[in-house]
This record gives sequence, structure tokens and C-alpha cells, in this order.
Amino acid sequence: MSSSIDNKYVIFKLNKEYYGIPIDMVISIERMQKSTRIPNAPKYVKGVINLRGEVVSLIDLRQKLGMELTEVNNNSRIIVVSHDDIFAGLIVDSSSEVMEIHNDSIDNAPNTNENDNLSYIHGIGKTDDRLIILLELSKILEH
Amino acid sequence: MDLDISQYLNIFVEEAKEHLQSMNEVLLELEKNPSHLGHINEIFRVAHTIKGMSGTMGFHNMANLTHEMENVLQAARNNEIELSEGVIDILFECFDALDSSVNKIVEEGSEITESNETLIKKLSMLLSKEIISKEDIIEKMDMLEIDNYVLDSISKAVREGLNVFQIDFYLSETCMLKSARAFIIFSTLETFGEVAYSNPPVEDIEDERFEYNFSVILVSDTEKSILVKELNNISEIQSINVSNFDVSNFNIINSDDFLEINETNLHEDSILPNADHTDKSEKTNQGNAGKIGKTVRVDIDRLDNLMNLVSELIIIKTRMDDLSDNSSGENMTEAIEYLERITTNLHDAVMKVRMVPIERVFNRFPRLVRDLSKELGKEIDLQMSGEETEVDRTVIDEIGDPLIHLIRNSIDHGIEMPNDRLKVGKSEKGTVTLKSYPDGNNVVIEVEDDGKGIDYNLVRKKAIDKGIIDEKEAENLSIEDCIDLLFAAGFSTADKVSDVSGRGVGLDVVRSKIESINGNIEIESVKDKGTKFIIRIPLTLAIIQALLVRLNEEIYAIPLSSITEITNISDEQIRDVQGQDIFLYRGKTLPIIRLKDVLDIDYNEKSEDLVVVVVKKGEKQAGIIVDNLIGQQEIVIKGIGKYLSSVKYLSGATILGNGSISLIVDVNSLI
Repeated sequence: MSSSIDNKYVIFKLNKEYYGIPIDMVISIERMQKSTRIPNAPKYVKGVINLRGEVVSLIDLRQKLGMELTEVNNNSRIIVVSHDDIFAGLIVDSSSEVMEIHNDSIDNAPNTNENDNLSYIHGIGKTDDRLIILLELSKILEH
Repeated sequence: MDLDISQYLNIFVEEAKEHLQSMNEVLLELEKNPSHLGHINEIFRVAHTIKGMSGTMGFHNMANLTHEMENVLQAARNNEIELSEGVIDILFECFDALDSSVNKIVEEGSEITESNETLIKKLSMLLSKEIISKEDIIEKMDMLEIDNYVLDSISKAVREGLNVFQIDFYLSETCMLKSARAFIIFSTLETFGEVAYSNPPVEDIEDERFEYNFSVILVSDTEKSILVKELNNISEIQSINVSNFDVSNFNIINSDDFLEINETNLHEDSILPNADHTDKSEKTNQGNAGKIGKTVRVDIDRLDNLMNLVSELIIIKTRMDDLSDNSSGENMTEAIEYLERITTNLHDAVMKVRMVPIERVFNRFPRLVRDLSKELGKEIDLQMSGEETEVDRTVIDEIGDPLIHLIRNSIDHGIEMPNDRLKVGKSEKGTVTLKSYPDGNNVVIEVEDDGKGIDYNLVRKKAIDKGIIDEKEAENLSIEDCIDLLFAAGFSTADKVSDVSGRGVGLDVVRSKIESINGNIEIESVKDKGTKFIIRIPLTLAIIQALLVRLNEEIYAIPLSSITEITNISDEQIRDVQGQDIFLYRGKTLPIIRLKDVLDIDYNEKSEDLVVVVVKKGEKQAGIIVDNLIGQQEIVIKGIGKYLSSVKYLSGATILGNGSISLIVDVNSLI
């Protein structure tokens, strides 16, 4: 099982924290590019981009997760994910690596009723030196 | 075994559908003309083919049913039973059962589990009524067909003291390989003696051209009891009747003159219909060859892939167009023109591959109309034209249901009962006309009836009853508004809900379905003269001509098919009528839509001269204000993805020459 992709996560940074998405849901990681604004769409939808002939929606993950907004810079990346026929690009501060996190080193998400944004979290992965917030993609891709 | 079969399942389904379709068509023809031998033969042939196919695939219920159909048709072919209305109804039921069986196979990969016992019983009932007379005929034929040569050899055998038996075999009806069974019988018989004569002839038996029974005359030195015992060992035989053959009896009838007359009779009888049949089949063969031609089944995904590649090519062409504007060089321009020609041709070619004749949808309607007219007690003549008109495969899949609905509507609401028709001086028989023809980049489909037309007063009254409008509004309600009401959800003018229609879930669904494929629907109706629904759908959904417009820095595309005109007006010409901006255009007042408001775009500066794109949706028009026009362009339509599917006023996106995305404005939702 250790060699399966089940336990591998794409790790990226938002603010100062590290986040992870299961690698089998990630199509590719792209540099920032010019997007087309979608009128009347939710605020966190930054528009659509042309990804090799496909139209892909861009989601500003900071905004979606209720964080303070920053300008995109050279380190910003688009992580293109696919889940349940939905293709979307998530804008993140920077993307670092692919990491293996075993199920037994994943803790459940902190459980309090005060914070809505916690429902986006699938669990907390613990590695040697840091904590990785593992995202629940199906929730992120809900409106 | 299962694996082996599954790879043929698609082929089976495709072919079975084709065969069932032709069975349906011929059945309808047959109903009009029950004695037409060609039709009976055709259905027989189809039933036989389906039997073979489904047998091979292990769909035994289908095989059994078609087998039983064959029996009935065979009897009809031999004039043993008459194809009355009842019989044809049963044949239709069989068709339905087969049809649903195939659909079940499509969905679940296995056929319907309950066997079609009641139907099979019905079919065999038809036969059993006639079975006695059938035997009579066979016996008579026995006597007539034995020629002098055979009689001679039989008499000779009798003189030599050999036994001559007439043996009648009835194979059991579940016997699948009749000719093989018969072969076993014959080889058994030949161990006992010589088969002097067989009815039908041995060649026919080998080719399985016989019912379940056949008779032979056997010359043998074996005792009857031994023979019977031996023959009884053969399985799948329902009954064997062994009798001594009386040559003397035969001789008396069989004077030469008599024989000759009968022979000519026989020849006329048998040859004429045969000739007729071959003629017919030749004709249909030729017809088919002309119409269908050689075909290759192609997975729609592969076509889509090809289509995408062509789309890419068109995009890169547009991009090069842009480039050539900036750089000067004759060679470049020439090369681009060449590329343009190729891409256009390639596009056309790929589109054509995706095109299928609308016949595919139309051909299920005769049956629908037949059933409905029976159910409602109305006589209906369905006239169809333009079945050969071709539309995109994706359109075909979408257009069927709306059309069924409109036809039901016409028959149920539109066409009056025969008596009522006579009263208003129309013929008893109502007519529904289904017409299709290409019109520019669109295909037009018309559903017309000669019924009572729409009673607009009734529509107004219903609208008041339902509380949609009050009486005052009703008085001012124009005909167009009434038609709009008809398309509103939950609206029905039918006094009572019937099986057929009247639930009021109809026309709104029809309209939204048609609009979902970028089409539109209009109604023309004259009281007591009839109603006509006119549907306009684009030939293709993938690549369209569009007008690119600029709003600040953003570029949007408006489908050319919904644009009627482009005009300039000054700001002063716009009047504010109770919050709605309108302007006068060619004697009509058109509402103004400021695209910047709709699409949430800031106004940089107020300009005095406005560019107005006049768009239409059915009869309605509106003026869309844009900053300026970029030009007309062929665009490839891309979906904006499931994630954003609920966003308003957009129907898709396209990729421009420079690789950026431009959004397509959904005119239908704007008006």
C-alpha cells in the first residue's frame, strides 16, 4: 500500500500554513496566467482560463477559505484539480512538493461549531517538522 | 462466453434497432394494405433475422417470440390465416415487446426476464384455429405434386413386394435447428430404405424452408412397427404418423390431363407471387443501396475528438489572421488564405460526418400517431416531408421528446372529434403535417394540424382563473402574450387531464428543451383552421458565426443567428417608460438592454452615440447597447464547465485567436 498514490498529497502554501490535496485529484500545476472575468459569478471565482483548449474556472482559495487577500506574485500557482466532472484551478501562494502522509498520522479536523471554514478541512497531517492541513476538495468545489 | 458476447452487444443493439425500425415501418404499411405479400415477406425476413441474432446472443425470450411471429407470418404468407386488424395489433404488441427487450438490453445488458408467454400464446392461438385446414391443404398438395416418375418407381416397388409408407413428421415447435433435425430424420430413414418423395422437396428442407411438418414417401423392406420404434428415438419430434401408401388410390385421380392442368395452375400460383417477391426485393435492395450507401459505425467520442482538433485548427487560423494583419508579406497572406480554405473544408467534412437525417426521429411518429388516433377515436392522417434533412447528431438526441409532445398536443387538443369536424365542414379525417427543411444555418421543423386552433379567449379566461393576470390585464393581452402564456409552466387549456396531455407540464418543457440547443419555437394559429408550431434549430452546436463586441476591455460574443440588425442611435433617442428604457426603431418600440449593467461592468465615460445590436428571440426583439463592434467571426463553442453552469446570461465561452477566452452572451435569457 505504501507505494500507492492514496497517501500522496500535493503540498502548497497559503498565508503561513501548509495545505495538501490528494494527488489523484490534481491534474497539473500552472503558473498564473491572464484570466477572463465571469460576470455575476461568486466573488471567489476569479474567472476562467484557457488550459490547452479547455475552459477552466479559477477559484481564489484565500477568498474561499475566508482569508485576507493578497496580490498574486511570481510564486503564485494554479493547482488544477478535478472532482466529480468539475475542473477548477485553485489559486495558491506557492506550491512546494509532493509528500506522502500515512493515514495513521492524519488527525481529524478540529471540531468546533464556531468556524464554518473548518468544514473545508478533511484532516491534519503530521510530519516530522510541520502540520499539513488536508483539504476536503468536494466541499471546496461547492458553491 | 459472456466476455465474448459483450463485445458484440453494441453491434447487436444497433442492428436490432435498425431491424425493429424497419419492422415498425412495414407493419404500418401492412396495416393499410394487409394482403400485400411483399410486406408480409419483409416482416418475416426481419423477424427471422432478429430471431437468429438474438438466439446467437443468448436472448432466448426475444428468439422465442420472433420464432412464434414467424409461424404466424408464414401462415399468412400461405393464405392460411387472414391478417385481420386483431392479428396486426398482436404483431404490434410483439414489436413493442421486442423493442422494450432491446431497450432493456441497452440499459442492463440482459433482456427482460419474464418471457413473453401471453404474447406467444396469443400467436399460437391464431395458428391453432387454422391448423386443421392447413393439414387439408398439405394433403391435397401431396397428391398433386407427385409426378409420374415417382409413381412409377413406387408402383414398381410395390410389385417387388416392398412396403411403401407415407410418413408425416411434426417437429416440436421449440426445435431451433429444424433442418438439422430433418437431416437426422432423413439419414435414419435412409438406413431403412429409399425416400422416394418428400414434401416439401429435400432442398427446401435443407434450407429450412418449411414449417414444422413435412411428409415423405419411404420405400422399404422393414416392418412398420420397427420403423416407428426407430423414428420415435429421435428427439424434438412432436408426432409421427406412419401410414401405408396406397398407389392404386392415387392412380385413379392421376390422369395425365388432370396433372397437366394442375401443374400449370400450380406454376401460375407459385411463380407469380414469387416473381412479385423478387421484383420487390430487388427494388428495395436498390432503394437501400441508393439511400444508405456504405457505412462505417464510428464511436461518437472519436468524432468529438476529431471535431476538437478541427476547432483547434480554426483557432490557430484566426490567430495567424491577427498576426498577418501586423506583418506585411504577400506570402503570409496567401498561406493564410490557403489554410483558411482547408480548415473550412475540413470543418464542413467533419460536420457532415456528424450529420444524420432527421428521419431517425421522424420514423417513430407514424406509430405514435396510429396509437393515439386509436386511443382517442380520431382519424388522423400523418403527412411527413423532408425526412432527409440532416442535423447534427447531438440535436437529434434532443429534439425527439419535444416533437413527440407537440404531435400529442396537436392530436389531443388540436384536432376535433370526427363529428365535430363534420359540423364545421371539414373532412372527418384530421391531418397532422410534419415538415422539415434547411434554412440557412438553421433547420426548421414544422408541426401543423388542421384542427380547431388556439382559442385565445379561452387562454385569457384560464389565465384569470389561475390568477396569473386580472381581468383588466386580460383585455389588453395581445396574441403574442397569450402564446407566451401557453409556454408558461403549469398552464393548460385542456378542460380535463387526459392520458395524452393536459397536465400543463408540456409546452414550457418543450420550449426550454429547444432553447437549450439554441433553437426557438413559434406558434401560428388560426381559429378553426389549425395550429402550426415552427421550431428553428441550428444545424450544428459546435461552431457558430458570432459578432464580437467590446465592453470596456472585455470582449463578448453574440451569436449571429439571434442578431437581426446593428444600428447607431444617440442617447437622446432613448425614452424612459416607467423605469424601462425603450427606443423607437422602424416604427416599433424596442426595450433597451444595457449589457454593461447586466454583466456588471463599470461605465468609463458617457458617450452620446450608442451602438445598438438588435437581437430577437422568437417574435420578440430588443436592443443591446455595447461599446463598439469588433467584427464577425467563426467561433468554437466551449462549455464554461459544470462549476459555473448556474451563472446567468452566459451560454458558453470561446477561445479567441490570441488564446484568451471570450464569453458568449445568452440572448434568450436576456430578453
